[in-house]
Amino acid sequence: MSQDEPAQNIQQKLKALIAGWRHATVLGVFLLVTVALAWRLVDLHVVDQDFLRKQGEARTTRVEAIEAHRGMITDRNGEPLAVSTPVETIWANPGEANPGDERIATLARLLEINESKLRSRLKRYSGREFIYVRRKVQPDLARQVKALGIPGIYSRREYRRYYPAGEVTAHVVGFTNIDEHGQEGIELAYNDWMSGEPGAKRVLKDRRGHVIKDLSLIKDARPGRDIELSLDLRLQYLAYRELKAVVQAHNARGGTLVMLDVNTGEVLAMVNQNSYNPNDRSQLDPRNLRNKAITDLFEPGSTVKPITAALALESGKFTEQTRIDTSPGFLRFGRFTIRDTSNHHVLDLKGIIAKSSNVGMSKVAAELGGDAIRDTFFRFGLGQATGIGFPGEALGVLPSPPRWRPVEVAALSYGYGLSVNALQLAQAYMVIANGGIRYPVSLIKKDQPPVGERVISEKVSSEVRQMLKAVIEEGTGKRAKIGIYEAGGKTGTVHLVGAGGYEDSEYKALFAGLAPVDNPRIVSVVAIDAPQGGEYYGGEVAAPVFSRVMGDALRLLNVRPDLDSDADVADKTPAKSEGRG
Amino acid sequence: MADRDYIRSSSSHTIGAPKGFMSSIHLDPVLLVLLLILLGSGLFVLYSGADSSVEMVKSQCARIGVAFVVMMVFAQLDPSVYRRWSPWLYGLGLIGLLAVLLVGVGAKGAQRWLSLPGLPRFQPSEFMKLAVPFMAAWYLSRHFLPPRLSRVGGSLFIVLLPMVLIVRQPDLGTALLVGLAGLFVIFFAGLSWKLLGAFFGMVAVAAPAMWFFVMRDYQKQRVLTLLDPESDPLGAGWNIIQSKTAIGSGGLSGKGWLLGTQSHLDFLPESHTDFIVAVLAEEFGFIGVLALLTLYFLIIARCLYIAVNAQDSFGRLVAGALTMTFFTYVFVNIGMVSGILPIVGVPLPLVSYGGTSIVTLMAGFGVMMSIHTHRRMITA
Repeated sequence: MSQDEPAQNIQQKLKALIAGWRHATVLGVFLLVTVALAWRLVDLHVVDQDFLRKQGEARTTRVEAIEAHRGMITDRNGEPLAVSTPVETIWANPGEANPGDERIATLARLLEINESKLRSRLKRYSGREFIYVRRKVQPDLARQVKALGIPGIYSRREYRRYYPAGEVTAHVVGFTNIDEHGQEGIELAYNDWMSGEPGAKRVLKDRRGHVIKDLSLIKDARPGRDIELSLDLRLQYLAYRELKAVVQAHNARGGTLVMLDVNTGEVLAMVNQNSYNPNDRSQLDPRNLRNKAITDLFEPGSTVKPITAALALESGKFTEQTRIDTSPGFLRFGRFTIRDTSNHHVLDLKGIIAKSSNVGMSKVAAELGGDAIRDTFFRFGLGQATGIGFPGEALGVLPSPPRWRPVEVAALSYGYGLSVNALQLAQAYMVIANGGIRYPVSLIKKDQPPVGERVISEKVSSEVRQMLKAVIEEGTGKRAKIGIYEAGGKTGTVHLVGAGGYEDSEYKALFAGLAPVDNPRIVSVVAIDAPQGGEYYGGEVAAPVFSRVMGDALRLLNVRPDLDSDADVADKTPAKSEGRG
Repeated sequence: MADRDYIRSSSSHTIGAPKGFMSSIHLDPVLLVLLLILLGSGLFVLYSGADSSVEMVKSQCARIGVAFVVMMVFAQLDPSVYRRWSPWLYGLGLIGLLAVLLVGVGAKGAQRWLSLPGLPRFQPSEFMKLAVPFMAAWYLSRHFLPPRLSRVGGSLFIVLLPMVLIVRQPDLGTALLVGLAGLFVIFFAGLSWKLLGAFFGMVAVAAPAMWFFVMRDYQKQRVLTLLDPESDPLGAGWNIIQSKTAIGSGGLSGKGWLLGTQSHLDFLPESHTDFIVAVLAEEFGFIGVLALLTLYFLIIARCLYIAVNAQDSFGRLVAGALTMTFFTYVFVNIGMVSGILPIVGVPLPLVSYGGTSIVTLMAGFGVMMSIHTHRRMITA
């Protein structure tokens, strides 16, 4: 063949092959194709580079939120009342999970969710990349779930709001929803303060949406700030226990107890019945949500008599010894009749308060006039905002008729025809207790001494306190006696208002008081709604609660006893019949 | 080093006689160095494309080792051996292809592998990539070139027969490459303009017919996707969009080795096989791709040089056809990854992960070396 031919021949052949058009064509095509490729690459690399790089980044980098830790709520001593604890949320990527996976049965059992529903959700949302399976489970449970190793099932860190004191502080603290937005109470009122700001970071994600690595921090999360309430958890527990006990004992519809520090206006305890468990709201009855101490209005009844008495003393028209004849135990104003529980005959001002004589009070009021009484009530803080800044605060109403009818003046003087909430009443008693100064009340612990406003003189307040002491020593409030502390207070029993006006047989039992009476530390208001059974007077139902709560509270606060011992007090425990008023 | 291989070195009056140790073991040093550089750097890209899998790199090394042995064995054989054995090899290949159709194994609706007891699984179609150009070259070089029309017809039959069998597997991509290798032989043997024109005319006519009768739906889809990848960005268009994104986001100098996001975050499919260029482009940028193209260009240039200097028609035709086939691989793969050709399963020669193609290619280079180093001394 060709290799046998002479070299000349080969060379000619080579030339024939290479030098001809074939040579040019091969090289031409070769060049053309190479240029086409190169041009394409230049096109992609240089011309389209910006666009394509952004495309690449758009595919892989995402901005993720960094969850900000919500601030804690504590009581005045730093005891936690609401904390965010880390929990795990189980979620699924339906695109990766197989709805037919056998292990899903185990998963559903672990998480206590409906298995077939989960399977159908995984099927229905197979085009999505994220669905919740079960939010906020204990980390231990999440570990078990992860150990199952089901593809497409993941967990992620979240925070769950936990309320260590549960129902005891439920009404004050409130709660958040599952996304940690405040819904009630302090959680709602101070939501912004506690929320913090979520941060942002840029992360690298792969095609399945897994975060591969953190690229950069755009903004750090600013954790929410803590909030320190004025509540003293010890007193709160105490108050809650006693209130709950009395509400149950009397089969009452509900109850409220407010305790204030008389020198600062801080709320030391605020409890209501019925309460709810903020940690498990699955059985929640919305009626139990209200913080009745602030949101519920009632007629204060006899509990405002000391305020009227303060006005009487202040006016100069009356002294403690001014004697007033309350016979025959009732007083007619046209078709209205004002009654006492019995005929108390002649009483001085102190006696009117101690025996809670409506007739006596009406006679005093007639001398003072409706405007003066209403203005005094107003100065004491009734019928106006307490300044507590709590959601749903009810302001109450003070009457201001253009012309006062005598019966209206009389009724106002002993607490009808106006409405207040328990906190307002406590605030008014704080004025009597601390020597005549009204401080704005607060649920937040105060750093500085509050700026108050003088309402009555030291002397008048001291005189009124002596009257309140008499209530407990010899009047309607004997069962409010505390034992080693000398207390003062006032009972009240009012008809509850129903759909058709006053209910004949439903009462609110009230007691408002302070202790120790000569140098008070705390005031407390107890209100029991519709106690059932034979006892319904404030002196019978509310006063004992006051006694127990105040006694223990003062001891806890290391207040020096002003009575020798409680040994002899035991004999003096008032009989049941006492305390009507 | 390269100088010693020049046919007409200044001191010699002979042409075609290779010298030196390398030539005595029938290896071409220039081609060898270029191949080593390409294979070596390819391993780095593969390591990245295969998600830092040492296992894959190891097994690729093993394949390269096998391929090298094959290349060296092929280089030892005299070109006349290939010529003499061509018809037998071709016949063996045809039997293999028939066997594949009858008893072959495979996956995804295609039957491409032959699994014979005692032998590793192999693809007879891969074997035909060498056997067809051999056969065509043997057939054409038996007579004076350029061939007469009847011989061109005969050689076309030689080329088309295995093509038809491979298309039936179905493996359109390999069929085209095998056919192309044969057609390159015919082209180098000498086709007149008229015949070439007629051929392209036939292709133009056959293309629509192919579209309707030969191509499967998935193949049509690939062509349609090429024209408008955005029409189905999450389905058919996914591969090409992701690979274009990878190439483009590499920019001039790339994101750095192992730092490509498209490939490492699973966006880029087949990042260690067919789409490995996209990994290279993303991580080493335009400069990296340019270096790769240069390397290929040098290899092809050297091969063309070998073809031109072959001493007989058979060698010349085979060398030329193998070179052009190799070039076609490079062009088709890069063209497909960069979005100017439809997606066909053509790996990047010598770099993509996968055994058969490397062995076949290295065998081809072995043949080239054999052609170059077995030249006889010819007095000038």
